Amino acid sequence: MNTVEDLDMDETIDADQLTTEQYLTFFMEGEEYGVDILAVQEIRGWESATPVPNSSSYIKGVINLRGTIVPIMDLRGRFDLSKPEYGPETVVIVLKIEFDKGSRIMGVIVDAISDVYDVPINDIKQTGIGENKNARFIKGLVTVNKSMVILLKLEQFVIFD
Amino acid sequence: MSIDLSQFHQVFYEESYEGLDAMEQGLLEMDIEAPDDEVINTIFRAAHSIKGGSGTFGFNQVAEFTHVVETLLDEVRSGHRAMNQSIMDLLLISVDCMRSLLEELQAGDDPDLSQAKDLKSQFESILNSDSEPAESASDGGDNSGGDAVEDNNDTGGKGYHVHFVPEVTLLQTGNEPTRMFRQLAEICDNQMEVVCSFDRMPSLTGMNPEHCYLSWDIKITKAIDRHEIDEIFEWVIDDAEVIITELSGDADSAVNSIEAKSIDSSTPQVETVVEPVEQKEIASIVEQKETAKDPVKVKTKSSPPESSSIRVSIDKVDSLINMVGELVITQSMLGQLGQNFDISRVQRLQEGLAQLEHNTRELQESVMKIRMMPISFVFSRFPRLVRDVSRTLNKKIDLVLSGENTELDKTVMEKIGDPMVHLIRNSIDHGIEMPDVRASAGKSETGTVELNAFHQSGNIVIEIKDDGAGLNKERIHQKAIENGLIDESTILSDEKIFDLIFQPGFSTADAVSDLSGRGVGMDVVKRNIASLNGSIEVSSETGMGSRFVIRLPLTLAILDGQLVRVGEEIFIFPLVSIVESIQMDDTAINKVGGHSDVLQLRDEYVPVVKLNELFSVNIEETAVDEKIIVVVETEGEKMGVVVDELLGQQQVVIKSLEENFKKVEGISGATILGDGTVALIVDVSGLPKMSGTSVKQIESAHKAA
Repeated sequence: MNTVEDLDMDETIDADQLTTEQYLTFFMEGEEYGVDILAVQEIRGWESATPVPNSSSYIKGVINLRGTIVPIMDLRGRFDLSKPEYGPETVVIVLKIEFDKGSRIMGVIVDAISDVYDVPINDIKQTGIGENKNARFIKGLVTVNKSMVILLKLEQFVIFD
Repeated sequence: MSIDLSQFHQVFYEESYEGLDAMEQGLLEMDIEAPDDEVINTIFRAAHSIKGGSGTFGFNQVAEFTHVVETLLDEVRSGHRAMNQSIMDLLLISVDCMRSLLEELQAGDDPDLSQAKDLKSQFESILNSDSEPAESASDGGDNSGGDAVEDNNDTGGKGYHVHFVPEVTLLQTGNEPTRMFRQLAEICDNQMEVVCSFDRMPSLTGMNPEHCYLSWDIKITKAIDRHEIDEIFEWVIDDAEVIITELSGDADSAVNSIEAKSIDSSTPQVETVVEPVEQKEIASIVEQKETAKDPVKVKTKSSPPESSSIRVSIDKVDSLINMVGELVITQSMLGQLGQNFDISRVQRLQEGLAQLEHNTRELQESVMKIRMMPISFVFSRFPRLVRDVSRTLNKKIDLVLSGENTELDKTVMEKIGDPMVHLIRNSIDHGIEMPDVRASAGKSETGTVELNAFHQSGNIVIEIKDDGAGLNKERIHQKAIENGLIDESTILSDEKIFDLIFQPGFSTADAVSDLSGRGVGMDVVKRNIASLNGSIEVSSETGMGSRFVIRLPLTLAILDGQLVRVGEEIFIFPLVSIVESIQMDDTAINKVGGHSDVLQLRDEYVPVVKLNELFSVNIEETAVDEKIIVVVETEGEKMGVVVDELLGQQQVVIKSLEENFKKVEGISGATILGDGTVALIVDVSGLPKMSGTSVKQIESAHKAA
């Protein structure tokens, strides 16, 4: 907090250094992932969705979100992880994702919600995970309370293939 | 001058377009032999307000052009000039010209003035042809704006005589003769005489203190621009008899003024629409604007932005407010009930909920009604079209419109215009015969094209009927064979033959005319209508004419749907696309080539697809005869779709699937059912294509899994 106050005094400081970003984190297969909290619209319990014919297996279907049709994506499926049963802790994070063609709303199924962290932008580390096919979904890594959090690049998720 | 006029531009454009429509309609209605005064007045008023508006907003190009139109109209109106066909044509073309000028201004482009200039000189030649010099002098002006005052003062003859007899109610309309005279005096530097006449003065007892019984004769002895006098009387011209005559003084000076005029007209002109002083201001404003615009001028030929506003009658808004009021009452009633609820009040709760449901449904209906507009918005453009096309082709055609007040959704309306234009052109071009052919066939020389619209079971039906030659079955058949659409040996019912004209690349016109017959057309019409979830059919009788019937849903937001069950999923078929539903009977299904199933449906064979296979839905094996085949029709082709069960029929609100997801093959949208779950709407027109590729898709889906 100290740094923030110092920086407020000096207006010429670069905006990047000034800000911390808030991330909502959740667990999936023992790892903690984070999404930009500004994109989060709501968190809801998992309920069944209407399957969409011939769509990728990670699309669980569409639901009615107060009159809007919203697709639900299983993040495990998208990352080709094993598929556990959906339990009472399974939640859907509804995200409003801005991308170059506008914005889309989608729900993401995750194992369980964890916490909200302030992450200084400068602390986000780029990764060299290279050829990993899930690399395009990763924005960077950050250490919070000595454990690693994987920050997700949301715009990649709304490109349905 | 701190008011930002640009905020009113949109209103000005809308009103001007309405005015132009009124002018066009009036011109088309007008009987050239005996023009109705009321019609001419309507046209004149429309032109006048466009001129006034465009002057106010600094669109001088429009004002300038409209002024000549108005001058001519004024002569017709005052009876100084007889209406004839060429004037009428010129006026109609100028309506188009004004419209395109306005459209270009609206799009932010510099208007193309070449047509306007051309037309203007035509107007001027008419105006100059056989009327007094004074009339033509009113066109005088100069583009420099600043010099206009002096220039105008030089035009005109020796002076004018103004005979001014106002209606007795003149004062009640807020016009004050004294002020008008004062203004006149200013213009002519007091070189005028005013003689007041008391002819109309009633006896003292019969006098209404608010009425004006006086009339005046004004003699202006200074040579000023006639136009300036016109301007002063402009506002009272509808409420008074104003006769302005030029004083027959020195003949030479009149000739001089004409010469001066003709020199003037070779230079680019700016109309003296408003008072010279104001004009100077406006001209400078325009100049400023233009210079400011110049450095960043990007010449784009963009179409004017589609107007996104909609005019709603106050009745509709009132009923909406009423309903919202009721909804609020119901809501507060339920709220009260909830505060201390016990089981004894269940009855009242149920009543309240029923009322809520009722209110909500009514509210939904009236909100939908707001988007509904009478189809006359589309119909109104056809009289002009018919007139123009029939004249080009030298055919005589009457257009009969009925059901103009039938309402339909604005979006549907916007999209139905072009297909209708096409159909009507076709009717005139191919349908109606030349007058001599008609006469020899024993029909009246004038052909009739009828346009009719009405509601029928939740659809709007538009009928386009002509009493022409009808479709030529043999020729269509022949042509279809030539184009390889059908086999020579194929024998088709009349209905099927007529349907061929909707095939891509089909045209029966022997010669490619300016209007139609390029071989693109009916298939586009059909596709456009299909994209609106509508259908088109044609019937025809040789020698008697043909009839096109377009059926459209009233709105694009709601669809009459048939709910079907496949496995555990519910899908919705648009009811319009369903021909019939039958119980599946294994004996009626044959396998062609081992794969494709074909259903024998009476005397035809219909391909059959299983929806669970197309959509990869898991179903439990049930006895075949428990299944249902829904026979749907799309683009003239029938197709059987196997489903597990037919559920109810209901109106569903169409929601977009693409908004947050992507286009899904075979699915046209989604909707929300009564229990809040989502159901998908089947895109019937996409099924045939899908069934061809579905095998591959299933295989790849298996690989991916």
